[in-house]
Amino acid sequence: MNQMNILNAVYQQRDGSNTSIKTTIDGQELSVPMDPANRHYAEIMRQVEAGTLTIQDAD
Amino acid sequence: MSKARGLADLGNAYDDGALSNRNLIINGAMQVAQRGTSFTGLTNGGSDYTLDRWRWSEGGSPSFVTDVTQDTSAPDGFASSYKIAVTTAASSLGANHSLRLMTRLEGQDLQQTAFGTSSAKNLTLSFWVKSNKTGTYIAWFYNGDADRHISKAYTVDVADTWEYKTLTIDGDTVSGFTNDNGVSIQLEFVLAAGSDFTSGTLATTWQAQVTANRYVGNVNLADSTSNYWQITGVQLEVGDTATPFEHRSYGDELARCQRYYYRIDGGAAAFCRASTSALFNTSTSIRAVFQHPVYMRAVPTLGNTAMSTFDIEPFDQAPSNFASNTGTVRQSEINVTSPTARTVGFAAALTIDDANGYIEWDAEI
Repeated sequence: MNQMNILNAVYQQRDGSNTSIKTTIDGQELSVPMDPANRHYAEIMRQVEAGTLTIQDAD
Repeated sequence: MSKARGLADLGNAYDDGALSNRNLIINGAMQVAQRGTSFTGLTNGGSDYTLDRWRWSEGGSPSFVTDVTQDTSAPDGFASSYKIAVTTAASSLGANHSLRLMTRLEGQDLQQTAFGTSSAKNLTLSFWVKSNKTGTYIAWFYNGDADRHISKAYTVDVADTWEYKTLTIDGDTVSGFTNDNGVSIQLEFVLAAGSDFTSGTLATTWQAQVTANRYVGNVNLADSTSNYWQITGVQLEVGDTATPFEHRSYGDELARCQRYYYRIDGGAAAFCRASTSALFNTSTSIRAVFQHPVYMRAVPTLGNTAMSTFDIEPFDQAPSNFASNTGTVRQSEINVTSPTARTVGFAAALTIDDANGYIEWDAEI
């Protein structure tokens, strides 16, 4: 599997709870829901667990 | 194919429990192209979905560059094919370089194969292929649930001619497919591969995945800018026999594709009311709800063009941000930020105000 190039990951909130992650993946800005079956979210969490990516808190 | 042979094949398909809905592949006739019909300058070890359900992929960071198009050249009975053309060549490949076209199938759609049991059924892959470069190519099947694989070789015998190929894959009695919405089979058509993938012995039976055994003997399609490779009519079915391609209507095929991806765009009119309902939840925040055309495979990722391609109506004002994406497999809600404060409870609509604007929802595997 090719590894996605993920940059600038920031949580997005709805009613004070994190619901999605805004990030740039392979050059495209995306809003990724926190669903383990979502391929983007799965890869984000894989890179977080590998210590190569940090998700910033919402502003 | 003679009529008697065709009837016999259909009889075999019936015996295997698949007289209709035989084809496990979605968009095998390369009809649906929601993301576009032309993708140029693909390189740098990328991996992108192109025509629906078909993912172009490079391994490593090779120097070759390819274009992908939905092409009108196709065998009789088909209108479209998937074409990969080399635009920058690499006469030699690095060890970890590869070029493949792949599609991925959900495990819950594969339970009828009985893989992982003593009743495991064979599968048959059939397709039409055309290339200027004759020689051996590999079709690779990967069971992602069990990290097992099998490779089948086929040959392009005559240059620049549509040829029909069939490959039968033994059922795997050792490992089955998880009954869920994750990837269970990854099917790859290999077009180039470095020694990391070719230095072993081709995996002609199901076995634990060994990288060196994946693509042994595959030609290097990337070695000339004259080279191209095209495919259509891809069918994977249960049983030992390739039956005639199961043509589906465009609408049927589109709906199947939309389980994984769909796009709302401005279109030629450069105006599209994207959201079905929206209102100001706070003075600067609009909640716009989208009902997906079909239940999607997973909660989808939101992609979109620049804010300048959208308008908040009836105020004719571009939003300043899409602040969140919340949803389920049935519907999603975008929290749209308004640059101007409005009365809470005001109705609004999010429109696409540019022919190149779009919102896309991606639940691909």
